[in-house]
Amino acid sequence: MSAPIAPLNAKKNPNAGVFDGIGLWLLSPSWIVIGVFLLLPVFMMLIFSFLTKEFRGGVIWEPTLAAYDQFLFDRGLFGDEPPTIEWTYITIFARSIWQAALATLFCLIIGFPTAYYIATRSARSRSVWLFLITIPYWVNLLIRTVSMKFLIRDTGPLNQFLMSTGVIDSPIHIVNTNFAVQLGLFYSYLPFMVLPIYAAVERYNFALSEAAWDLYADRWTTLRKILIPVVKPGIIAGCILVFVPSLGAFLAPDLLGGAKTFMIGSLIEEQFKGNAGNWPFGAAASMILLSMVLIVLMFYARQQTRAQAGAR
Amino acid sequence: MAKNTTDVRRYPGFFSFTILCLFLLYTPLIIVTIYSFNDSKSITTWGGFSFRWYQDIFYGLEAAKFKTAAWNSISIALMAGITATVIATSAAIGMIRGEPFKGKSLSFGLINLPLMVPEIVSAVATLIFFSAIGFTRGYMSILLAHIVFCIPFAYLPIAARLEGIEKSYEEAAIDLYATRWKAFTKVLMPLMAPGILSGFLLAFIISLDDFIITNFVKGAGVETLPTAIFGSVKQGIKPNIMALSTLMLLVSIFFVSLSYLINKLGERTGDKQS
Repeated sequence: MSAPIAPLNAKKNPNAGVFDGIGLWLLSPSWIVIGVFLLLPVFMMLIFSFLTKEFRGGVIWEPTLAAYDQFLFDRGLFGDEPPTIEWTYITIFARSIWQAALATLFCLIIGFPTAYYIATRSARSRSVWLFLITIPYWVNLLIRTVSMKFLIRDTGPLNQFLMSTGVIDSPIHIVNTNFAVQLGLFYSYLPFMVLPIYAAVERYNFALSEAAWDLYADRWTTLRKILIPVVKPGIIAGCILVFVPSLGAFLAPDLLGGAKTFMIGSLIEEQFKGNAGNWPFGAAASMILLSMVLIVLMFYARQQTRAQAGAR
Repeated sequence: MAKNTTDVRRYPGFFSFTILCLFLLYTPLIIVTIYSFNDSKSITTWGGFSFRWYQDIFYGLEAAKFKTAAWNSISIALMAGITATVIATSAAIGMIRGEPFKGKSLSFGLINLPLMVPEIVSAVATLIFFSAIGFTRGYMSILLAHIVFCIPFAYLPIAARLEGIEKSYEEAAIDLYATRWKAFTKVLMPLMAPGILSGFLLAFIISLDDFIITNFVKGAGVETLPTAIFGSVKQGIKPNIMALSTLMLLVSIFFVSLSYLINKLGERTGDKQS
């Protein structure tokens, strides 16, 4: 479009951009670094999940399905009993899904009105509100989790405050409960919910709401029947951005939870720490987690293409 | 706009949710900041205002440990940030200005892969990789792992900036007999500078903040600030950790604000007038 009429140093193709022909060269460093240090390692992890464990960490290069077998079946202490379903790990995965889902729900309940409110401000104040929402995301997750733990401890400021105002007589135990973990996950990923919903509401055409209003729909009917269906792709994006990292979270369950709130992240971490670990089992658990995440992402990609097709 | 009629955009109560959201996000951080100035050995009772725990980080028993950890964190974040920014800048030009090719969306997926793979899975995979090739775990393995996940964070603001710059600038440079390299360094790079700088700052913070991947690939003996803090917190929250946390909090907020301002200023000198 902006091609000069007759370039003085006549190039072979006057329509070609300056960086045409070297694009692949420019991209190759990123491909090599991510390919060698992430994609290849993920494939190696897949291989490791089919290897035999060595007792002091590491693996023996003998193919086996033991890791996946251990995940699903209980064959007794010596492995000679008839297999029964092993519920321990299935329970940990189910709990992780449940905790992540609840955290996502809390984020949605707080995040949707917030995103909507920010998106309907003037352009100038919008960027300030957004900045305030994003700052905590850039603060170290470990520090945020420790701060949350400090706040909700039995002798922490929250309980001290509630007791001094006479709301409660004895401290409420929050740390080490499922609720503490949900709270930690909610706190960790709340900004992820706000941003995509904000982006969707910002693009929303408010003439639709006005039309609904003119047709005697009240505020909440308009919200339910018009706004939410239109901004649904943003809501789904927000839910996935919260759910996916919550599922494999390590810090919130480890610092705020206890043995009863064990989640996938801690299960995996345990397999690689010290001498008690089981690398193939840890690799298998990681592969299962990765597959779950990929399924969610594929669902999301399908949803987005459908939403785009619907918009046309 | 709406004169006598009700504003259909307004939903009563949404403002309170926004305030609640900010309250929830900031309360823990503010509380820890306040308690870091607590002049008391016990972290629960308030014993007056003092800087003693800040003094403790720099001159106390654990000062040497924190100094080494801080040096590791900062030097790794600088090197990983710079390397990732160079790689991401090159990749952004290749993606946006390079010739079209099959698998462009695949390439975009690969660049953003570190954002899609759960952190703990990346950590396990990287640990297995380094152990399988016999690479000694330590400073270098942390640096390499950090470069990988810093690339997409640097890429996004750089690519966003480049998309807003018209092709005619670099084409004019070429027409005036500039070499491709000159067209990049003298014309395109100065225009991209705000994006490059904010990409670097984000990569820097992300590296500085990382705990999980570092914890897996660090090996024995090498600590960064987050792993040192985690080790300490496992034995209970101590007041000096709150002072250290407050300092790191301020550093993060400083760099994010800087990145935000650079982007804002860049927008004002933006080029694509639409």
